[in-house]
Amino acid sequence: MVATTADPRPEGRTTGSPGAVGAADSGTVLDPARALLGTSTVDDVSLRRWLRALPGVDEVGAGARAAALSTRSIKNAAKAWALDLTVRMTDLTTLEGADTPGTVRSLCAKARRPDPDDPACPQVAAVCIYPDLVPVAVEALRGTGIRIASVATAFPSGRAGRAVKLADVADAVRAGADEVDMVIDRGAFLSGRFGQVFEEIAAVREACQVTEGRGDKGPAHLKVILETGELATYDNVRRASWLAMLAGANFIKTSTGKVSPAATLPVTLVMLEAVRDWFSLTGQVIGVKPAGGIRTAKDAIRYLVTVNETAGPDWLDPDRFRFGASSLLNDVLLQRRRMAVGAYAGRHHVTVS
Amino acid sequence: MPSFEYAPAPESRAVVDIRPSYGLFVDGDFSPAADGAALKTVNPATEEVLSEVAVAGEADVDRAVRAARSAYEGVWSRMSGTQRGKYLFRIARIIQERARELAVLETLDNGKPIKESRDVDVPLAAAHFFYHAGWADKLAWAGLPVPAGRAEPQPCGVAGQVIPWNFPLLMLAWKVAPALATGNTVVLKPAETTPLTALLFAQICQQAELPPGVVNILTGAGATGAALVAHPGIDKVAFTGSTDVGRQIARTVAGSRKKLTLELGGKAANIVFDDAPIDQAIEGIVNGIFFNQGHVCCAGSRLLVQESVADEVVSRLRHRMAQLRVGDPLDKNTDIGAINSQAQLSRIVELAEAGEREGAIRWSPPCTLPDNGFWFAPTVFTDVSPAHRIAREEIFGPVLSVLTFRTPQEAVTKANNTPYGLSAGIWTEKGSRILWMADRLRAGVVWANTFNRFDPTSPFGGYQESGYGREGGRHGLAAYVREA
Amino acid sequence: MAHDGADGQGPARLEVRKTHKLYVGGAFPRSESGRSYPVADAAGGFLANAAMASRKDARDAVVAARKAFDGWAAATAYNRGQVLYRVAEVMEGRRAQFADEVSRAEGLDAASAAAVVDAAIDRWVWYAGWTDKITQVAGAANPVAGPYFNLSLPEPTGVVAVLAPQASSLLGLVSAVAPVVAGGNTCVVVASETRPLPAVTLSEVLATSDVPGGVVNLLTGITGEIAPWLASHEDVDALDLAGAAPVPAIPGSGLDWAALEASAAATLTRVLRPAGSGPASDPSGAVEPDWTAVPDGPRRILAFMETKTVWHPKGR
Repeated sequence: MVATTADPRPEGRTTGSPGAVGAADSGTVLDPARALLGTSTVDDVSLRRWLRALPGVDEVGAGARAAALSTRSIKNAAKAWALDLTVRMTDLTTLEGADTPGTVRSLCAKARRPDPDDPACPQVAAVCIYPDLVPVAVEALRGTGIRIASVATAFPSGRAGRAVKLADVADAVRAGADEVDMVIDRGAFLSGRFGQVFEEIAAVREACQVTEGRGDKGPAHLKVILETGELATYDNVRRASWLAMLAGANFIKTSTGKVSPAATLPVTLVMLEAVRDWFSLTGQVIGVKPAGGIRTAKDAIRYLVTVNETAGPDWLDPDRFRFGASSLLNDVLLQRRRMAVGAYAGRHHVTVS
Repeated sequence: MPSFEYAPAPESRAVVDIRPSYGLFVDGDFSPAADGAALKTVNPATEEVLSEVAVAGEADVDRAVRAARSAYEGVWSRMSGTQRGKYLFRIARIIQERARELAVLETLDNGKPIKESRDVDVPLAAAHFFYHAGWADKLAWAGLPVPAGRAEPQPCGVAGQVIPWNFPLLMLAWKVAPALATGNTVVLKPAETTPLTALLFAQICQQAELPPGVVNILTGAGATGAALVAHPGIDKVAFTGSTDVGRQIARTVAGSRKKLTLELGGKAANIVFDDAPIDQAIEGIVNGIFFNQGHVCCAGSRLLVQESVADEVVSRLRHRMAQLRVGDPLDKNTDIGAINSQAQLSRIVELAEAGEREGAIRWSPPCTLPDNGFWFAPTVFTDVSPAHRIAREEIFGPVLSVLTFRTPQEAVTKANNTPYGLSAGIWTEKGSRILWMADRLRAGVVWANTFNRFDPTSPFGGYQESGYGREGGRHGLAAYVREA
Repeated sequence: MAHDGADGQGPARLEVRKTHKLYVGGAFPRSESGRSYPVADAAGGFLANAAMASRKDARDAVVAARKAFDGWAAATAYNRGQVLYRVAEVMEGRRAQFADEVSRAEGLDAASAAAVVDAAIDRWVWYAGWTDKITQVAGAANPVAGPYFNLSLPEPTGVVAVLAPQASSLLGLVSAVAPVVAGGNTCVVVASETRPLPAVTLSEVLATSDVPGGVVNLLTGITGEIAPWLASHEDVDALDLAGAAPVPAIPGSGLDWAALEASAAATLTRVLRPAGSGPASDPSGAVEPDWTAVPDGPRRILAFMETKTVWHPKGR
C-alpha cells in the first residue's frame, strides 16, 4: 500500500508546500490516522490543522499542578509498594560512548538482581543501550524476562538520512531488541514539517514489525523520544505527543538524557494527559517514559503520584510507564534498604553498575 | 492490580500548645472579660472543644479602644516610619519562624486542609507583613493624600477591624499590616469560631515587643463586633465578611466621620471558552470552588461554559473531582477539609437542597465522610438556570453551579447578572478576548487563565455589593490614611 | 419688564421668558408631576419658575443615566477629555449669561460673578485634562511573587447621584459634576434648590456640546424631597452628598445626611460625605467648601472609581 500522494522531493525540503506521507507502507497506521484527521491525505497541512486544534497548555498552570502533586505525602506500605514498582518500571540505562560489552554485562547483572542482599527485590523492566551492544544484552538477559531497549535513528540528535536511521533500527531489531527508542526529527517538527515527522515514525514502526531473524521474539515495541528539552513549549510537547501516537508509537518518551532539561514533572504531566485523552478517543493504550534527570526515590514517587492522578491507576504498570534512568535505581535501593533495616543505608551497600 | 493508596500523613498536633482558656488581649496583656463571659471554640473536623475564649462586652471594647487611642497618641503616631517598619519586619519574621505552629493551629480551629494553611495562609500572612513593613517609611511616595502642612500621609487613628472565619490569620494580616504601617493602632475582632490564631498572633506581638496597645485583640461574637464598630473612639472601620453584616456596618457608621472599607460576599463567574487550555481550566475550576471548602468570598461558584464544550468540560471536571480527597484536615494529602461550623453546614445543605428542588442536576463523587465533625462532599450542579437560588446566592461551600453561554457578550451579560462584583475568571487562549472580557466584567479582581491568586502587592476588593475599598498594594494603604 | 411705550418710542418689545425645564436623557422635559416652584434672586425678588422634579423624574433620570453608562464608560479617555473641553468652549461663549445668572442667584457683583464663571470654565478644562491621566496616576503594575502579569486600573463606578452644592450654584456644580463624568460615570444631579437657574443653563450647554444624552441628567426641585429616592435607589452606584451641607446664608438648607448615607447602605452604594469634620449629629459638622481653589488632587474623580485588578500567567 502506498499513501495517496507520494512526495517526490528529498526529505527535509518540504517547506512552503505540504509534503504528503508516502513511505509508511502501513494501513494500520495510515488508515486510522486519516480517519482521525478526517482527511484523505496525511500531510503537513492536515496534520498542522489537527495538531493546532488541540487545546493549549498554560505553562504556569501546568507547573502549578505538577507542584501541587509533588506535595502528596506517601508513607509506609504505599511507599514500599511504590519503591518496588519504581524498580519494576526502570529502564536501566547506559548510553555512553565508552560503553563496552563488559559494562553492559555488568548492567545486565544489576538489572537481574538489583539488590544482591535482598532476593525479594524485583528486577527492572529493561536495560536501555546502544544498538551495537544489543547482542551482549540478549546473551546476558536470556530467560530473565527483562526487556532490551535499544536507542536508534541516529540517537541522540537524529541528524542522519532516513536510510541510515532505518538501517540503525533494523540492526537493533535484528539483533533482538524488544523495544526501540527512536528520536523524532526535532528540526522538522519545529519548522512545521509534521508530515515528515509522522512519516519517519511510521517508517520506524514498520521496521519494528520485522520479526525475521529474531527467533521467537515478536515485533519490537516503539518508544518515540520527543526530546522535550528542544521542543521548548508545552504546546509543542502536547502536539508532538499526539503526532507520535498518531504515527504508531507504543510509548512516548520525554528525552534522550543528552539535552538539558531532560524529563520534568510538568512535561510528564502534559504527556500523561495526552495518553489519557488518546485512550478516551481511540481506546488505545500508550505508555509514557520520562527519561533523564530523575535521580531520587522521592522524585520517582512524585512521578507515580502524577501518573496515578492523571492517567489513572491503570497506568501504574511497567507496560504503561517507565523510568529511563541510570542513578535512580541506587537511590531507590537505598530507600528500600532503609525501610527494611530501619536505619539510614550507606552507599556502599548498593552496587555500582 | 495493587492500588496506590495514600496512607494518612497527619501533621503532628504536638507543635501547638493550646491553653485551656484565653483572655482578651488589651494593652499588651491578656485579661478576662469584664463580665467573665466566654465561649468555646471547637475543631470543626471532630467537634472537640479546643479552648475557651473570653467574650468582650461593651466595657471591654471601650477599654481596648482607649488602650489603642493612648498607644496611638503616646507612642505609635510619634514613632518614625522606619521604627514602625522594623516592628513589622520583626512580626513577619516571627510568623515565618512559627509557621508550622500557626498552620496546625489554623487547621485545628478552622478545619481547612493543612496543605492550604501551610502553603497559602501562613506564608501569605508573613508576606503581607513584609510588604507593608517596607511601606512604613516610604508613605510620602505612595501617591496618597497629604494634609495641608504635612510632609506625608497621616493615619486615621484607631482602626476597628472585624474579620471572618475563612482565612483567620491571613485576614488578620490583611487588616493589621497596612494599619500599622500607616501609623494607626488597631482593635481587631477575630471570628467567633476561629479566634485561636489571632490569639497566637497576640503572643507574637508580645514576642516582637510591640508597644502595648498598638494591637488589641478582642474575641467574641457578633455583638462584640457591633460594639466595636459603633464605638465613637474608632476612626476607621475595616470589615471582611458577609454582605448582610456589611450593610449593617455601613448603616452604623453612616453620618459619622469614620472611614469605612468593606470586603464582602461574591458569586464569581468562572468563564470557560472552547479554546481554553482545558487541563489548566479544569484545575482552575476545581481550585476556584473547592479551595478552602469553597469558604472563599471570591470563589468561582458559577461556572459559565461555552455550550460547544460544556459536555466535555463537565465530564472532565467530574473525573477530576473524583480524585479530591476529603477528610482529616491535618492529613497532608487532604484536598478538602471540614466545613467550619454547623451553622455554615446547614446553610450549604439548605441551598443544595434548593438546587435540587428547583430542578438542577446534582452530582458528587463517591466519598466517605467522617462521622464526627461538619462535612460536605464536593458537589456540582448542572442544568442550572440563572434564576435558580444556587446561581444567585452565595453558598460559601464546595458547591459549583454550571451554566452555559454561546457568545462572549452572553458570557459577560450572565457573569454581570449579580448584585455582587468581587471576582471573575476567564479561560481562553485568545489574548484579545481576555482583554475584551476583562474590560466588561464588573468585578474587582479578574483572573485570566488562573484563579484564586493572591499577593500583598495586588489590590483586592469588590464592585457593587461585594463592598468597597481595596486591600493590598499601594491602593490598600489609602484605606488607612486621612482623606486630607 | 414690559414697557408700554410711555417714552414715546412705540411699544417696547415684550420679553420672551424662558421656561426652565429638567434635562433628562438629552431631552428637556417638564416634570412629569407638572409642578414648578418660584425661584428668587439673592435679594428675594422673583426670578423665574423652575421645574420641580418628582421622585418619578429622578427614577427616569436614573434610567437615562444607566442607559448612557456603557457607552460613556467605554469611550476612550481621549474622547472624554475632548468632550469635557468642548463643554468649556461652549460655556465660554455664554460667559455673560452665566455671569448674569450667577450674580442674581448668589448676589455677587458683576466682577465676582464673572470670576466665578471663569473658574467654572477652567474647572472643566482642568478635569478634561485628567481623563487620560487618571489611569496612569491611580493604576499600578503590581510585582506579585510569581509568574503573573498583574495590573490594577481604575474604572468608573457607574451611575452617580450628585446633590449639587447649595451655595455655589455654578462653580460648585461644575466642581461636583466634572470629576464624576471625567472618570466615565454618568450622573443624576440635583441642582442647588434655591439657586437652580445656572444649572439649567449649564444643561443647555451640555446639550449643545458633545456630551452624549443621559451622561449628565439635571433635576431642579426640592433637594430634600428627591435625595432620599436617589440614595435608596438600587441602581444608583454612588452618592455625592455635597449638597446636603447646610449653608448659613440659605435658611432651611442642610439635609440629614446620616439618614441618606444609612439608606445608601442597603445596596452598598458608595457615599462621598459632605465636606467638614464633624458627624451628622453635629449641625456644623458639614460645610460647603470654598470651590474657588483649584482642587488639590483628583480625589473627587477617584471617589467614583473602582479598582480592577487583572491577573494573567506569564508562560511560553
